[in-house]
Amino acid sequence: MLRMQNISKIYRTDLIETYALRRFSLEVEAGEFVAVTGPSGSGKTTFLNVAGLLENFDSGSYQLDGTDVRDLSDDARSRLRGERIGFIFQSFNLIPDLNVYDNVDVPLRYRRLAASDRHERISSALELVGLASRIKHMPSQLSGGQQQRVAIARAIAGDPAFLLADEPTGNLDSLMSRQVMDLLEQINEMGTTILLVTHDPELARRAQRNVHLVDGQISDFRAYESHPAAADPAVGSVAALPT
Amino acid sequence: MFGYYTRLALGSFGRNPGLTALMVLAIALGIAVCIMTLTVFHAMSGNPIWWKNDRLYAVTMDNWDPNHPYRQSSKLPPPEMTYKDTQYLFSSNIPERKVVMYSTIGVISNAGSATPARVDTRVTTADFFSMFEVPFLYGNGWSATADNPAQPVIVLSRVQNDKLFGGANSVGRTLRWDDHEFRIVGVLDDWFPRPRYYDLNGGNFQEPDAAYIPYGWGSELQLLNQEENDCWKPEQVDNFKDYQASDCVWVQMWVELADASSRERFQSFMDGYWAGQRKAGRFQRPQNNRLTNVAQWLRDQQVVDTDNRVLVGLAFAFLALCLINTVGLLLAKFLNGAPITGVRRALGASRRQIFSQHLIEVGALSVLGALLGLALAALGLAAVHHMYAAAHLGHRGGYQELTHFDVVGVAWAVALAIAATLAAGLYPAWRIGRLSPAVYLKSQ
Repeated sequence: MLRMQNISKIYRTDLIETYALRRFSLEVEAGEFVAVTGPSGSGKTTFLNVAGLLENFDSGSYQLDGTDVRDLSDDARSRLRGERIGFIFQSFNLIPDLNVYDNVDVPLRYRRLAASDRHERISSALELVGLASRIKHMPSQLSGGQQQRVAIARAIAGDPAFLLADEPTGNLDSLMSRQVMDLLEQINEMGTTILLVTHDPELARRAQRNVHLVDGQISDFRAYESHPAAADPAVGSVAALPT
Repeated sequence: MFGYYTRLALGSFGRNPGLTALMVLAIALGIAVCIMTLTVFHAMSGNPIWWKNDRLYAVTMDNWDPNHPYRQSSKLPPPEMTYKDTQYLFSSNIPERKVVMYSTIGVISNAGSATPARVDTRVTTADFFSMFEVPFLYGNGWSATADNPAQPVIVLSRVQNDKLFGGANSVGRTLRWDDHEFRIVGVLDDWFPRPRYYDLNGGNFQEPDAAYIPYGWGSELQLLNQEENDCWKPEQVDNFKDYQASDCVWVQMWVELADASSRERFQSFMDGYWAGQRKAGRFQRPQNNRLTNVAQWLRDQQVVDTDNRVLVGLAFAFLALCLINTVGLLLAKFLNGAPITGVRRALGASRRQIFSQHLIEVGALSVLGALLGLALAALGLAAVHHMYAAAHLGHRGGYQELTHFDVVGVAWAVALAIAATLAAGLYPAWRIGRLSPAVYLKSQ
């Protein structure tokens, strides 16, 4: 469902050009759980931003569910992002002035869904993450783990095709990290494709595949046989390593 | 989405109450100054009888000094005419209605009043009331037969009737005007055309006359025009008849013409009279016989002077300054919220939706600014009113008469506030939508 071929993303200043991604290629099939690892500055976040249609790229091609995204208008990209992609951030990125219910409601508003439909989705999502009783709470009244679970509920309320998670446990302790990862696995088992950016190898092992980035390129690529989905040859396809 | 964006806007106000208050105040101050200036300007430049603009005409002819125009700055003839010219023109049956008139002063009293008072009195033919659509509280004006020979009938203003008779229906009662008994046939309702277009002498916003008597009394009692008498050459004037026969201008004339054809015919009538008089040695200046509608009359007589126009320009300049200030504050506010905007973009908001959300916030600000601006303007106008009223020692007529809101003025003010603020908010709302969300997501 996600096909990137020879994507390059260059940041230019007057003096230098920096390749955040250099001829990067990756294919992710529906239902996969892929971890993207790499040292700081390797291009993980840039990859996530490009994948999530938050940034354009300078060369290459990117198809999302068969749609070539390169020449899409902002309206079309935003619509695709809202309908097909869910985001989970390291610092949760909840809107501080909105309560839990309204935070989860945000992406649904931009899709102009009916109020009843939104309510049903919000309730289901909060039920899934175990926070249905906290709908009136403000983010400041929640723990870090609870805030991240609200963020997950917000990401999945729209029933996206895939989730992009950027260091979702980066600000959490080990117990909460495990809870969040359990939740992500549960969501993946329900059919949602997950792209997880992390620097933690232990978390990466919980994914089916691990893509290791260095200097904007894939340097390593392995499937973890310990993950149940990895045993199924129908799951995932191995992208060729860039030469 | 409008309701959602409005909710977000109100939340944003609550998050930054101080900054919001500053912006609302900036908008309100600019709007208030504009409203105050425009209210006065609108009152000054308004046509109080606009619906008859293509029917009512001031009649003027240029009998002035062949060597010097009446006004150096324009080619306009004197606003008044000679008695004999108006007498001739009044004889025409072309106009649907016709009025010759002037203002004098008389002493008025009734049997029960404590003190006789000197009051402005209009000496006029009967059509004055119907032509200018003067409203009556009690009774009516007089008919044309009462003009000549002059019948002892009088119409009072409401204010004067309140003073003499406590506001009661005084029709049928008598009073003394300049020691002559007159019977009251009508009392006017509240009537204060601004400006007093039919007679701009004594001040453009002078209150109407206190009393009205038939035109024939001018000759009968040898009543002089107390406001305007202009003569361009020395003449032997030993009595009132000499004065009436002179080339001094002191009588005002207005006609009501039903259509363009009547206008043409009356113009021809005037021109024919002018030609005959010129042959007789009068009217030595170039032909300048005019029928001027009310709107043009007000422009010709410069009811709205240059100072007021400059003031309006300055007011708008001040508004622009306030709005520029608001643009800066809005930019700062919106950019401060860039991280949250970045999150919304990540969650599916398009640039257009972000723009709309922020424009709604600007719209909400504009409504608040408009309301506060209206309140400040009302306070300002009240202050101006009191200041000028005090200078007029409590009498009516003067700048203070212009300091009133009307429905049209309020509507324009609100529209101006909203339109101006929305215009100011376009750039900040557009700018925040153009930000790259990825830059702000990590730092939020």
